[in-house]
Parts: sequence; C-alpha cells; structure tokens
Amino acid sequence: MTETVPLLSMRAICKRFPGVLANSNVNLDVMHGSIHALLGENGAGKSTLVKIIYGVLHPDSGEMRWQGSPARVSSPSDARKLGVGMVFQHFSLFEALTVTENIALGLDAAPDLQALRTRIVQVAEDYGLPLDPDRHVYTLSVGERQRIEIVRCLLQKPSLLIMDEPTSVLTPQEAEKLFATLRRLAGEGCAVLYISHKLYEIQALCDTATIMRGGEVVAACDPRNESAHSLAELMIGEELKPPVRRESAAGDTVRLSVRGLNKPSLDQFGVSLHDVSLDVMAGEIVGIAGVAGNGQSELLDVLSGEVPQAEADTVVVCGTPCGHMSAGERRSLSMAYVPEERLGHGAVPDMSLIDNLLLSGYRTHKLVRNGVVDYDGARTQARKVVDSFDVRTPGVEANAGSLSGGNLQKFIVGREVCQTPQVLIVAQPTWGVDAGAAAAIHQALIDLAGTGTAVLMISQDLDEILAISDRVAVISAGRLSSPRPRAEANAGELGLLMAGKRAEPAAAHEHAS
Amino acid sequence: MLLRLESRRAPSVLLTWLTPVMAIAATLVTGAIIFAAMGHAPGQALYTFFILPINSGYGFTELLVKATPLALIALGLAIGFRSSVWNIGAEGQLTLGAVFGGGVAIFTHGSESIFILPLMMLAGVVGGMLWGAIPAYLKTRFNANEILVSLMLTYVATLALSALVHGPWKDPGGYNFPESVLFGDAALLPILVEGTRLHLGSLIALLLLVAGWFVLARTLLGFQVRVVGMAPMAASYAGFQQKRMVWIALLVSGALAGLAGVFEIAGPIGQLLPVVSPGYGFTAIIVAFLGRLHPLGILIAALILALSYLGGETAQIEMRLPQGITGVFQGMILFYLLASDVLIRYRLRLLAPAAESRS
Amino acid sequence: MSDIGIFVSVVLTVISAATPLLFAATGELVAEKSGVLNLGVEGMMLVGAVTGFAVTTVSGSATLGIVCAALAAGGMALLFGFITLTLLANQVATGLALTLFGVGLSSVVGQSFVGTPVDALPKLAVPGLAAIPVLGPILFEHDALIYLSVIMVAAVAWFLYRTRAGLVLRAVGDSHEAAHAIGHPVIRVRYLAVLFGGAMAGLGGAFLSLSYTPMWGENMTAGRGWIALALVVFATWRPARVLLGAYLFGGVTILQLHAQGVGIEIPSQVLSMLPYLVTILVLVLISRDQAKVRLNAPACIGKVFHPST
Repeated sequence: MTETVPLLSMRAICKRFPGVLANSNVNLDVMHGSIHALLGENGAGKSTLVKIIYGVLHPDSGEMRWQGSPARVSSPSDARKLGVGMVFQHFSLFEALTVTENIALGLDAAPDLQALRTRIVQVAEDYGLPLDPDRHVYTLSVGERQRIEIVRCLLQKPSLLIMDEPTSVLTPQEAEKLFATLRRLAGEGCAVLYISHKLYEIQALCDTATIMRGGEVVAACDPRNESAHSLAELMIGEELKPPVRRESAAGDTVRLSVRGLNKPSLDQFGVSLHDVSLDVMAGEIVGIAGVAGNGQSELLDVLSGEVPQAEADTVVVCGTPCGHMSAGERRSLSMAYVPEERLGHGAVPDMSLIDNLLLSGYRTHKLVRNGVVDYDGARTQARKVVDSFDVRTPGVEANAGSLSGGNLQKFIVGREVCQTPQVLIVAQPTWGVDAGAAAAIHQALIDLAGTGTAVLMISQDLDEILAISDRVAVISAGRLSSPRPRAEANAGELGLLMAGKRAEPAAAHEHAS
Repeated sequence: MLLRLESRRAPSVLLTWLTPVMAIAATLVTGAIIFAAMGHAPGQALYTFFILPINSGYGFTELLVKATPLALIALGLAIGFRSSVWNIGAEGQLTLGAVFGGGVAIFTHGSESIFILPLMMLAGVVGGMLWGAIPAYLKTRFNANEILVSLMLTYVATLALSALVHGPWKDPGGYNFPESVLFGDAALLPILVEGTRLHLGSLIALLLLVAGWFVLARTLLGFQVRVVGMAPMAASYAGFQQKRMVWIALLVSGALAGLAGVFEIAGPIGQLLPVVSPGYGFTAIIVAFLGRLHPLGILIAALILALSYLGGETAQIEMRLPQGITGVFQGMILFYLLASDVLIRYRLRLLAPAAESRS
Repeated sequence: MSDIGIFVSVVLTVISAATPLLFAATGELVAEKSGVLNLGVEGMMLVGAVTGFAVTTVSGSATLGIVCAALAAGGMALLFGFITLTLLANQVATGLALTLFGVGLSSVVGQSFVGTPVDALPKLAVPGLAAIPVLGPILFEHDALIYLSVIMVAAVAWFLYRTRAGLVLRAVGDSHEAAHAIGHPVIRVRYLAVLFGGAMAGLGGAFLSLSYTPMWGENMTAGRGWIALALVVFATWRPARVLLGAYLFGGVTILQLHAQGVGIEIPSQVLSMLPYLVTILVLVLISRDQAKVRLNAPACIGKVFHPST
C-alpha cells in the first residue's frame, strides 16, 4: 500500500464552525483503486471532511495533495476537474427537472442534451443502474434518485468517488447491488471513499478504514482484520451498553388501532396509502420499517392528526375513534408523538425549551387557565425533562435550536415520555444523533413500553427496528405488511418487503446478509 | 473585500431592539445628505422636518392624532405578520371601515342620540372585518395569495368610497363637491384637550395596545401566533390550526383598521371625503416592523412615523418640498431596518481575499 | 369598413394596455423562477415610468429615456437584491418596502414633470406588411416597446428552456441547496434574475409614461405592478401563458373603458374596479388547483439562502 503515491492526501486539515471544531488536524490518504471507509458517529466530522475534499467547504488550514502535488479546490467544479465525484447523503437533485437535466447540471461542460441522454442510457446499462432519462425527479423513488447521482459521477470518469452514507436510503438488496457496482469501479482503478457508521457494511466492502471521533482521526486500520466490537469502540470511544431488553410486555388491550385506511395523495409529490390496518397493544413496541418516501410521512400525518380524516373510525386511540380529530385533540386521548424532523416540527428552533415544552405539553400538564399561560409551571416541567433525560443545555431558557441534535432529540422524546401517554408514536427516533443519545432514547422507549404504553416506531434504520421492536411491519408504496414477531423477522426478508416484493424463501435466502 | 456572514448560535436579543434605532439614525444621516443634495442646509432641513412640527403643545397633540391610526392598524398587522399572514390591504380595510361608519353617521344625520358614535365604531369594525374576511376566505378555501387579494381589495374599497361620495352620499348642500355632509356632534369623537384635534380614539388605541400586549405575551392565543409564524410544521404538530390563524389574523387586523377608519372620519376629518387616509394602512406596515411586531415597540414606532407625516407637511410649506418626500423617508427606514436586521442572526466578517486562500 | 376600423382600434388599445403588464410580468417571472419573490414591481415600474419620462423630456431622446428607465428600475432591483440576497432579509417585507419607497421617490422626482406634455413613441411600421388590411395595423404598426415586449417573452422562453444558463436558473429556483452543492453560484444567478426583473419592470413603466398615456402622473401605474405579480401565478410560471394573461387583462381594462364610452349607467368607479376584481377571480381559479401550482411554482420561492455549511 505504501509503494505508490496516494491518489489523495489530506494533511492537517482544520475547520471550525461557530461553537464547534468540526475537523481538527485531520490526515487522510486514499490509494488508487481502494475502497476506503471513513467511519465515525454523527457529528464526528466525516461530512465536513468530504465536503472540503469536494470543494463545498473551505478548510481554515491544512493542505490537500492530489497524486502527490498540491491541489487547490475552491469549488466543486475544481474537484470535478481533478476527477473527484461525490454522491451526497442528501441528494443534490432538482425535483422539477428531468433526469437528463439533473445530470447536465452536474457536468461542467455544457453537453448537447440529446447526446447526453444517449450517454446516460449507455452508462446506466453498463453498470446495471437502470434509469429513464426523461422522467422528472419528483416521480422517482429514493433508490432511483441515488442512481442519478451515481451516473452523474460516472459520466465524468472519476478517479475518486465519494459516497456519503449511501445505504441509509436503500433496502438491503439495493445496498448489495450498490456494493457490486462499487467493487467493479474499484476493480477498474477508481478509488471509493465510503462514509458510513454501519460496521458490517464497512467490513463487507472496504479494504481500508479511517476512523474519526469528535473531529479528529482516532485510528486507521484494515476493517477486515477488526471485529465489529473493536470498530465500535474506536468509533464511540467508550463501551456502550446495549439496551436492556425485557420480555415483551404486550398485553391484550389494543391501544392504537388503524382500520382500512385509504388516503389518496393530493399531488404528484406524495404517496397514496392503501388499506392500511394495524393494532398496537399496550406494552409492546411495533416497528415499521421501510425506505424513505414509501408513505411514512403520509401515515404519520394521519396517525398524529396533523392531517385529520373525514371518517372518525379509521384511527382509534384507547377505544376512542379519532380519525377526524386534530393533533391537539388526540393528545387529550393520551397520545403523544415524536416527529421525524426535530427542528421546525418537533421543536421551534427559535423558542426556549420552556416554550417548546408548552408546544405539546400544555394540555397534559394543564398549563393554560382561561386562555392564560402558566409560564412558571412550564418552566418547572421543562426542568424536569432536562433533568430526567440528561439534556445538556445551559438552561431551560436556551433556544431549542442551540442544542446539539442528540440533546434536542432527548428533550423531545423526554417531553413526550414525561406526559406518560397510553400511546406513543415515534418517527426516526435516533436519526442523526450520537450513539450515547441513541442508546438513552432506545432505553426510554423500552422502559415506557414496560409501563404498559403502546409504542409505534417508524424508522428507516432496520438495525434500530430489529433492536427494540416486539413486532415488525414493513411499509412499501403506501401498503403496510402485516406485522410479525421480531424473532421471526430477518433483514433479508424485510428487505424484500421494503422493495415491494412478496417474500419468497429462495430470494430471501439469496440476499440474506 | 468579501462580506461573509457567520451564523450566531442564537439570535441576539440586544440587537433585536438596537437595529430599529440604527435604522432611524441611518435614515436621518441619509436624509441630511439628500437635503444637502437638493440644495437645503441639512441641519436646518432636518430641524424643519423632525423638530419644528412638534415644537408646540398643539404640534405634539397632532403627533398623537396621526399616531393613533398607525398604532391601531400596526397592532392588528403585527398579529398577522407574526403568524406569516401578510395582510397588506389594511388601507382598504380602513377605507371600508370609514364607509360603514360614515354610512351610519350620514343615515342618522340630525339625530343627537348617544348611540350613534358606538354604532359607528361597531359598523367600522364590521366593515374592516368584512374586507379582511374576503382574503381570509379565499386563502383558506382556495389557497389564494392573501397579499395580492388584500391589495386588490384596497383599490376596490377606494373606488367604492369615491363612487359613494361622488354619488348617493354627496352632500346635497355641498355645491356639488364630492363630499358627504359634515357629521353632527353626536357622530364626532369627544376632544380630549380643548383647542386641539386630540380625540377619544387615541385613548382607546392606547388601551387596545395594552390589551394586545397581554394577549401576545401571556395567552395561549399569543403563543399560538408565535409558533405558527416561526415554525408552521410545529404549529400543526401542536394542533394549532393554521386556517384558524389566518382567519384570526385577518379579522383582527381588519377590525382594527376599520376602527381606525372610523376614528379618522369621526375625529380629524369629520365627514366622508373621496380619500380618507394618506396611506396609513401602508405606513402601518412599516410601523409594525419598526416596532418589532411588539405592542410597546409599535407605540414608539407609530409616533416616529407620525412625525414623518407631520414633517412632510411642514417641509411642504416651509421648504416647498414635494409631499412624496414622506414616502421616501418611510421606505428608507424600512430598508435600513431590514438590512440591519441581518446582524440579529449573523456576525459580519469582512475578509480580505487573501484570507480566503489557503496556500 | 367602420366596423372593422373600430375592431382594429379596440385591438390596438388592448395591445397597448397589455404591454406594461407583459414587460413587468415577464421580468418578475424570471426573478421568481430563480427563487426570488420581488413584491416591489409596482415601485420599480413607477421609478421606470418617471425616469423614462424625465430623461425623454429633458434630453429629447426617447431611446435614452427608455434605457435610463430600465437602468433606474434595475437600480431599485439591485437595492432589493442587496438587502434580500446579501443581507438575507425577508423578501416579502423588502418587496413592500421597495414599493413604498418607489411610490414616494417617483412622486418626488416627478413633481416638476406633472402636466408636461411629451410626444408619444413613434409607430414603426414594417414596410409592406403594415399595409395588409386589418392584420397589418394590428401586427406590424407599433412602437418599438410593443415589439420588444413580445420579443422578450419569446427570448425568455428560449432562454429558460433552451439554454444551459436557463437550466441553471431554473435549478437554482428549484433547490438552492442542491445547486450550491453542485457548485452553481446561487446568489449570482439570483442577482442577475432580479436585475433583469427590475429592468423589465422599468420598461413597463416607461411604456406607460411614454406611449400609453403619454404623460407622467403620480401613482400612474395604479396597481399594474401587483396585477403583474398575479399574472405570473396565473401563468403558472410559463412565459407563453404570461403573454396570454397580459392580453386578457389588457382586454378587461379596455372593456371597462368602452363600457363607459357606450354610456352604460354604472358609476365609472365601479367599472374601474373590474381589473382588480378579475385579478382576484383569476388568482382564486388558479390557486384552487394546489397540485398544479405546486408542480409549477419554483420550490425555493421566497426562501432565504445562506450557504452556512
């Protein structure tokens, strides 16, 4: 590995954002043709580093060398000229434009759109990445969207391809196909810088790993020679206790019930729900797995009451039909909800934690009398949440937006749990939070179910679903599979359901990881 | 040199209240430059514009008279702007309030009943609310943009008033001028200070500002207004209905603008004219922003913009400046405010190009 | 023959009434396509109208007047761009400020020009074609600005849908984050789009004061800037439909004038309400179909962009 000059070499990179040192003295060498993992928790500084490589961000200090000579990358266009391609975690795609137009925008030379169209079809076929060049992006699935990004990179014949958490939006089978494409690229001499926090992926795919924590590089190793346990320890820096599981405490009282829910989508951007039915019992956690954009947000809108339905009995909470009720009214039925998006949905970023407690808690805690708000009472409750969920904040007067992702998520989950609901709906409870906070949140959900609460969790993270759910269902194209006990569910089979196929034993076996 | 903005971790509270002061100062400086460019001695001109009008007790009461409609309307607009409901048709709502209230005065002309004035106010409030209800209905039912609808309705209201005073409501004994009869005493607001035009409406406006402060600061409704404006998704998460907020914002601001319309015709004007407001409904938008959408701030800002009207009138007489100069000053204040507000959320960094490079 | 003569003259007045709207709406469409909502169209039109008029009267050159109108309104747009794009202020509030400022500024500048006469822009007849009966005078005998307004619509349509720069502009309006991540200069594109919108509003204003009336009067745009904004929504952000919409509105304006002429017993003020009421009606009809609006509206419209990460 050391006999040649590295393709890319980053030396002593530093990058500071207000209040945080995102990259501190980071060194990284990527060799020709290697699949190089950049491993680390959320907030470890991986994304910052690759954005610097791609010219989206500029480092405060440090040096970048490309094939041995100093390189100045002040824009993505510079990076592309060197031969760097990048597939973003949050795709840089334009919904209102066609696939061809999207790809044209990512190329520096202005090609003839007709000629480009032909090349797209060709490259897509070559690498087994089927794409219709004339479709508008808003009509495409998440997996197809990722293919646009990959084809866009491949068209420029890159010598380094950066992939930022590419599998977080894929089914296990789609992920396998992606790995095959990446191996083939590496075989052709293209280096791949692969960012992930999923250990098994990295062990299956990568030949080198650089591990980051708190903005610094803490280790470099060959992941195939490490155990998942040792990688995890390097990544997190401490030993994490897995959540304390309990035997399923599912009672036989139905707390949340959805019956024959149909909801046509209002426009081309949404997904229609078809005949969704589900029961969640007191004391159990039901997990709904699925790839983003398969009807999760539509289902959550209906369950939470943010988009009330005409018929009352499509949703029943604790025996009360409430399909027509608003989100506020449903809270009076002892239902609580943690939405996917923290900033702007679960919390108001520019408001204090006190105000944010009021947001969902004023009914349960009786903090409004005759229309007048009891701010002292709200302060007390907010302190309680901060204390019992170990939320790191200067005080309850701090704005929600000033908290780190993990701490804000702990506050939001804590705020809902402290209302001791009979039914709790959570979406993506640990999306983008650090491992410590994730573990605390998982434990809180398990403990809440232990007290007899019915918990419904919708998540794209299959590992999370399998870690804490008692029963698992899959949502795909607006249809919900019937839930099965976790013990009977495996990742391969769920993956097929996620892709919208019926589970066939042979296929499940072939793709099981 | 490159201007770079760095996000602050939290918006600066100090600057939230400091930027309006900075905006006013910048406007004065620019004003002095403009006056100088027009060939007037800047010090003298600023004195004529901003000090001379309120140099006397009478001048000061005139300031309050002009500040009254501005503060009333801005209070209503603030509720809307806080919840991202952009009612910019307050001028039309004021006009319709004047039409409704004026109608009561004209039809009861000759009567001395003490109920006339309260009835006029009620009618004005209804008229304003009606004109606010149209954009509210079209917004909630058809998703039609309330900015454009409320603005179009302003033109309609102005034309309606003009049609009325040119036609059926023209004073029969008025030598064919497009004016209504002069209202009787029972249709006029009591004067607070003898010998001035300061009327009861100013006192009512002050009380409404206090009430507005209480609602915004202490009640659930005030909390809902803030949440809807800052994070609409979070509002729907909490079960606060956006459509209800659109209705509340447009009805309240319509009602207050309508009331302001009645105060104008039952106060300083005393009859219906083809035009009953020198653009109070638009200036109130500036008042609302300059006052930080806060009732106390609105009170101060209303006084400042009232001064710009008085100053414009004085400058017209003393310096033969066109009346449009008031609009220039008003627009300038809002520009400077919006421009300096960047400081609340960001730090400015001036970078020499060399600092950007890394080699 | 006289019936045809009336028909031709009605069509000509419709075209004339539509032209200021066409300029302003086409310019605003480009700004909005890049993701910027500039509510200051009315103010920019007024500044364009007064500048065009003043420069033409003083210099005697209408060409210079028109160029200066575009530049002055472009200057207003630059002010708007600086406050919203560089200093990240709210676009709605800044647009309102621009209109209030423009109304005041134009009245100050124009004070000494009220009542001054000016020659209307000369008609440029296309040799040969203008002689065709009926069609000739309708299509080929206009002043330069009318030809320009139609050419600009075609040029904008071509630019937006046939050029790479147009593609980039649409992309910036669709997702500024994505455009920035790929390396397109979001702010620069938006500045240019806003400037173009301003210059076009200025041309619309100049047409009003130099051809339509032709004279200067305070607030002479009478809400046309706002109607132009509504037209962009009506056209669901398509240049060709802006053309259609502008001529439709031109028709409504003229209908009102002719109804007055025919002597229908309605107060003139009530008839004058017509364009405003039609604007509301049209907005309702278009906005009702939310899916259609969402599909066509630039997704980033009105949103502040700050490349913080």
